Amino acid sequence: MTDTKPFLALSGLTKAYPGVVANSDVSLSIAPGEVHALLGENGAGKSTLVKMIYGLVKPDSGQMQMNGAPFAPSEPRAARAAGVGMVFQHFSLFDALSVAENIALGMENAPKMGALSQQIRDVSDIYGLPLSPDRVVGDLSAGERQRVEIIRCLLQEPKLLIMDEPTSVLTPQEVEILFKTLRKLSAEGTAILYISHKLEEIRSLCDSATILRLGKVVGECTPAETSARDMAEMMVGTVLQTPTRAGKTPGDVVLDLKNLSAKSPSAFGMPLRDISVQVRRGEILGIGGVAGNGQDELLAALSGETLSAQGMVSFQGRDVGLLGPTPRRSMGILTAPEERLGHAAAPDMSLTENAMLTGAEREGLDKGGMLNWPAARRFAEKIIADFDVRTPGPGNAARSLSGGNLQKFVIGREVLQRPDLLVVNQPTWGVDASAAASIRQALLDLAENGTALIVISQDLDELMEISDRFAALNEGRLSEPRSAQGLTVDEIGLMMGGAHGMEVAHV
Amino acid sequence: MIRLEKRPEPSRAVSLATPVLAVLATMFFGGLLFMILGKPPIQSILTIFWEPLFGEFAFYYRPQLLIKGAPLVLIAIGLSLGFKAGIWNIGAEGQYIMGALFGAGLGLAFYPLDAWYIFPLMVLAGAFGGWLWAMIPAFLKVRFGTNEILVSLMLVYVAEQFLASMSLGLLKNPEGFGFPGSRNLQQYDAAFNAELIEGSGMHWGVVAALIAVIFAYVLLTKHRLGFAIRVTGEAPRAAKFSGVNPMRLILFCMGMSGLLAGLAGMFEVAGPAGQVTIDFNVGYGFTAIIVAFLGRLHPIGILLAGGLMALTYIGGDIAQSNLGLPAAAIQVFQGMLLFFLLALDMFTNYRLRFGRSAEAV
Repeated sequence: MTDTKPFLALSGLTKAYPGVVANSDVSLSIAPGEVHALLGENGAGKSTLVKMIYGLVKPDSGQMQMNGAPFAPSEPRAARAAGVGMVFQHFSLFDALSVAENIALGMENAPKMGALSQQIRDVSDIYGLPLSPDRVVGDLSAGERQRVEIIRCLLQEPKLLIMDEPTSVLTPQEVEILFKTLRKLSAEGTAILYISHKLEEIRSLCDSATILRLGKVVGECTPAETSARDMAEMMVGTVLQTPTRAGKTPGDVVLDLKNLSAKSPSAFGMPLRDISVQVRRGEILGIGGVAGNGQDELLAALSGETLSAQGMVSFQGRDVGLLGPTPRRSMGILTAPEERLGHAAAPDMSLTENAMLTGAEREGLDKGGMLNWPAARRFAEKIIADFDVRTPGPGNAARSLSGGNLQKFVIGREVLQRPDLLVVNQPTWGVDASAAASIRQALLDLAENGTALIVISQDLDELMEISDRFAALNEGRLSEPRSAQGLTVDEIGLMMGGAHGMEVAHV
Repeated sequence: MIRLEKRPEPSRAVSLATPVLAVLATMFFGGLLFMILGKPPIQSILTIFWEPLFGEFAFYYRPQLLIKGAPLVLIAIGLSLGFKAGIWNIGAEGQYIMGALFGAGLGLAFYPLDAWYIFPLMVLAGAFGGWLWAMIPAFLKVRFGTNEILVSLMLVYVAEQFLASMSLGLLKNPEGFGFPGSRNLQQYDAAFNAELIEGSGMHWGVVAALIAVIFAYVLLTKHRLGFAIRVTGEAPRAAKFSGVNPMRLILFCMGMSGLLAGLAGMFEVAGPAGQVTIDFNVGYGFTAIIVAFLGRLHPIGILLAGGLMALTYIGGDIAQSNLGLPAAAIQVFQGMLLFFLLALDMFTNYRLRFGRSAEAV
């Protein structure tokens, strides 16, 4: 691949935002048909870089060249016209519209619906992305939604396809199918810029990799010949600490779910179906699964945001299904939802007020309805100190914190309240590697001290690292939990629902 | 090129400055409006803002300030609780009417009995009437998910019809020579909401408004319920997560705003107005919406805004009679105040940036 002329060459790209240099002197080149990985932690500048290629952001300095000619897209439309396609991490699809309608909305000159549907069928056939153009997007799985986005790109016949963390919503089997599709595209000469922080994936898929840290290129490597650990350390810049845990025997049953079923509060949510599981003192139950298979709903059913029928949820032998969040919290059930801004924390309120949000009962901040703000401030300060939250002080608004720091605050707020049962959803999402390690360590320490934990995550490596038992959510059902030790990726994938009826590309 | 940039945090300084800037902008553009209407702009503005406070007849107008300000503050305090939580009671005018009818109705039912307990009972009845009227949209919202803005607003017109029917029928003064309207409560001592100090304008409604301000202040800053209101307004999902029951909050906020509006109506009918008439209501319930926002939904702010609004009412009246300004012009003037306030509000969360954008948008 090295002797071919680059399709896209970036040299010396720099982009600064007020207070932070997102990209500094970044250079890389991609040849036609090359699968190039862009590797880095959250905040390393990956997104800014691809936004410049896609015409969403203009570089302060530096040049881009496409096929040897200067390339400076002023807007995404120009980038698309030049043959750049991008699949975003977060889908921009309308739930209530059909696949074909969604694709038509994203096209410059959409053909007639009938013709477009035929095109969609053709492309999905060639690349092994089975997808009926008439289905309503709201009914699709995350993997299928991603295919809508990919097909939308492929219809424009891109010469460079940018994929931003495409596998975070897929089961291992679905990842394999996606990779076959990408390999086929690459064999046809499409260059692929693949953004991820999952190292094993990159090793199996990518021809070359550029590693970013704090906006700078800190290394280039051939992933197949570099160990995952070496790449991780280049990415983080330090030697990684693996969380440690002591062996232990689980204690009494803390949480007992019997045939828990609950409707989803949102229209296109996933109802919970017949979930039965027990969690014991000192045990961590890891729950995997593709996003949108009932994770949010399960957390809501445990936190008390949605109530469930009698006998479905027992906590320390007491039926709590009909209790709301406040009494459950007083009893020792604490939760940390996935969405930090707007759900776990109120964005425009101060950290002190956000500490009050869930700390009122257990921290004794509420005396007969009157709130003790000085004590809430002390509690917030304690969270900030113990969990190394980077902020000028507890008076700052939650939204002024970076995602990772707010995550540390949210997790710390619950951990410090000595829960008997802690349920967390995506505890390290968007957190840098060293902070993620310290959050995992805090969860392990809690289990050590006898707390029962349910950790819901889409990061299988994380779940394997800290769980005693593992189960997966699929279409609102929970698989039979199994001891996490010795589980293979294939077994996990099958628990997560296998390939959700998807097929491999007909190569 | 000018563009807006989101501030990392809401600016406190701007938040405090916007009401003042909005008043100044209203004075300027209001003056412009008056000029176009062929009236002397500076004199008009002075008439509205200066005359009632320090003019020749200020001794007459100053008590009026309390009389007009009290219902505005009382209603606006109630509305602000709901507005903070994203619950939009637009029908305070109707609740004000119902409070007046319940209060006056109870008082008149006792006529001509002279007993100390009549006035306190009227206060309770007035509060109950307003509460009841607000419970209709609240209940419909909680039970069937209806829109409280529409329902509460439409109930204003129902209340107005009810008021007309009452003043022509059940509550009509039997000794009124057939004219519509009830007996005058000012002439019924046991039911009269008299001035506490002669000539000061200070009546029980003013006291109630001040108590409401203090109550709301303590509720919002110190109490769990006030915190629940604020969180619900800021982030409804976070509020639910923290344990707030949104249904109960709707019932509380709607009920509280109805109750205070009902009280305002009752104090008005038993005091300054004196009798139930077809045109008893003069729009306090709607103006209070402006007062609530002008006061930044903050109790102290509402107290000041209520005073300011009362000032434009009284000043507007003077300008109408002395300078011949049309009543509509005064209403436009008051509307401008809200308009500028909401527009300037933007700068609490955003700031202006001049020069070319760094990013292609």
